[in-house]
Amino acid sequence: MKNNHLWRKTKSALASAASFVCALLVIAPLALVFLHLLRSGASAVNWSFFTELPKPVGVAGGGMVNAIVGSLELLGLAALVGVPVGVLGGVYLAEYGTVRGNWLLRFVADVLNGVPSIIWGVVVYGLVVLRFKSFSAYAGGLALGFIMIPLIMRTTEEVLLLVPAGYREASLALGISRWKTIVHIVMKTALKGIVTAILLALARVAGETAPLLFTAFGNRFWNHDLSEPIAALPLQIFSYAISPYDDWHRQAWAGALVLVVMIFFVNILVRFLTRERVARVL
Amino acid sequence: MAPPSSFGDKVFKWLTLAMALAVVALVFLVGWQLARGSSLAIRRFGFHFLATSTWDPVAEQFGALPFIYGTAVSSLIALIIAVPLSIATAVYLTELAPPWIRQPIISLIEMLAAIPSVILGLWGIFVMIPWLRDHPFPFLKKIFGWTPFFREPIYGVSMLAGGIIIAVMILPIITSVSREILRSVPNLQREAAYALGATRWEVTRIAVLSYAKKGLFGAVILGLGRALGETMAVTMVIGNTPQIRASLFAPGYTLASVIANEFTEATTDLYLQALFEIGLVLFGITILANLLAQLLLKTLGSTIKSGAVQ
Repeated sequence: MKNNHLWRKTKSALASAASFVCALLVIAPLALVFLHLLRSGASAVNWSFFTELPKPVGVAGGGMVNAIVGSLELLGLAALVGVPVGVLGGVYLAEYGTVRGNWLLRFVADVLNGVPSIIWGVVVYGLVVLRFKSFSAYAGGLALGFIMIPLIMRTTEEVLLLVPAGYREASLALGISRWKTIVHIVMKTALKGIVTAILLALARVAGETAPLLFTAFGNRFWNHDLSEPIAALPLQIFSYAISPYDDWHRQAWAGALVLVVMIFFVNILVRFLTRERVARVL
Repeated sequence: MAPPSSFGDKVFKWLTLAMALAVVALVFLVGWQLARGSSLAIRRFGFHFLATSTWDPVAEQFGALPFIYGTAVSSLIALIIAVPLSIATAVYLTELAPPWIRQPIISLIEMLAAIPSVILGLWGIFVMIPWLRDHPFPFLKKIFGWTPFFREPIYGVSMLAGGIIIAVMILPIITSVSREILRSVPNLQREAAYALGATRWEVTRIAVLSYAKKGLFGAVILGLGRALGETMAVTMVIGNTPQIRASLFAPGYTLASVIANEFTEATTDLYLQALFEIGLVLFGITILANLLAQLLLKTLGSTIKSGAVQ
């Protein structure tokens, strides 16, 4: 009896140890990728990386300034699509609608969230690129914007639901109309959370490559017209990574390091800025 | 005093409703656009498209079977690797770990989720593939070389490498959704088992895991949905060869990779149409996987946020 108990305790300890090893294995890739990024990327990141255009094959040096700026332009265009639709849709889910109807909308939004990002590229190709007969920054931005919609919608809803019902009741009791209550009281209270939701969605699509392959297409020069192909950091990393040139591989590592640092910075920033309560639902 | 104007209220409500309905519209837009883009190919090949293994753009012969096979096998490998690790990690984080270690590990897993696919692919090409080629693959060949799965010559880029990189991509989502599921198990379950004198592991096994079975299955299917559609990292390590081989050391090709690689090279209408049809197939299976996953997760009573990661 006593031995049996000892054996059960040992089994429990073994299970704890085994699951701890599994947890280490799950975070191991992060450490491995990050170490290599630092080792291979840090030596390739220099001033000209941020100030120069890509050099032709065979000429060493050069940078990715056009891709960095291009990525920011694409994110701006994506926000124009994703933010209004996502935030207002989230307002509907949190403030209006029936229980059953909203359950269905949430369900559809979550399913939409699972659509592979390459599919968005194909859809926008058919929708925009074929129609206007040109790859363009608009097409790339639209593809990223579509991806942002369900992300922002669901998180906006969650942060609005954190606003206590008493705030709404107090405002309505003063005779303030429903929509003014929502805009000036509820959304204002949850503003930090909404901004966080938007930033996280932007950080998420900033690394997307697949939807840009045949929408934004990439560009080795400056883009002077949003209806023309535009460079993007992830695209540039991809084309350099699969190229046969060592110098381009170094540039790919540098680009990857810059991209990851940008994404981690936003992630850490929002987690630092938001209070415990908001951070939990995000 | 006049009551507050109801006009603004109506406008605002309809505006937000229209935006919320955008998600429904988008699902139809995707389906319609993919069907329209592939109508010619669908009429030309019919169901043979799904059962033909020839992919020859020059001869205009298009069959999706090698890609369906590649997607299925690479996703299966990914699940075999990722599911035990993720669920064990989720169990560790909710049931077994000392409280102080939980948050750091959770944050690290969230950071892993934030790494873009293309960067994981870059690491895959230059770090993972050479290592796999030199160490684990020859070892596997030595031990399991007698089975058809580990027989052929080792190139590095392979179905197995593709599966491994997908596994890394889906670890965070399966872990975090499983963690939410386990957290939603009522404490009463645990207390009852403790009261019977169960050890910590017995409580987890008897009271928690069996209670959460359905939700954990949902988490796995959600991971499967992500695995099926994973594009960039896989494209960079799987070898991109449309063939059906038993050996996991042989290069493969997935539905998502063939779109990524060949879309801008599609010179003829039929070629482009065939790629749209590949997109339609991919959309179909990922929607099915996600529908099933959400149904399993949502009927749990608690709202589990599947969008929390990725």
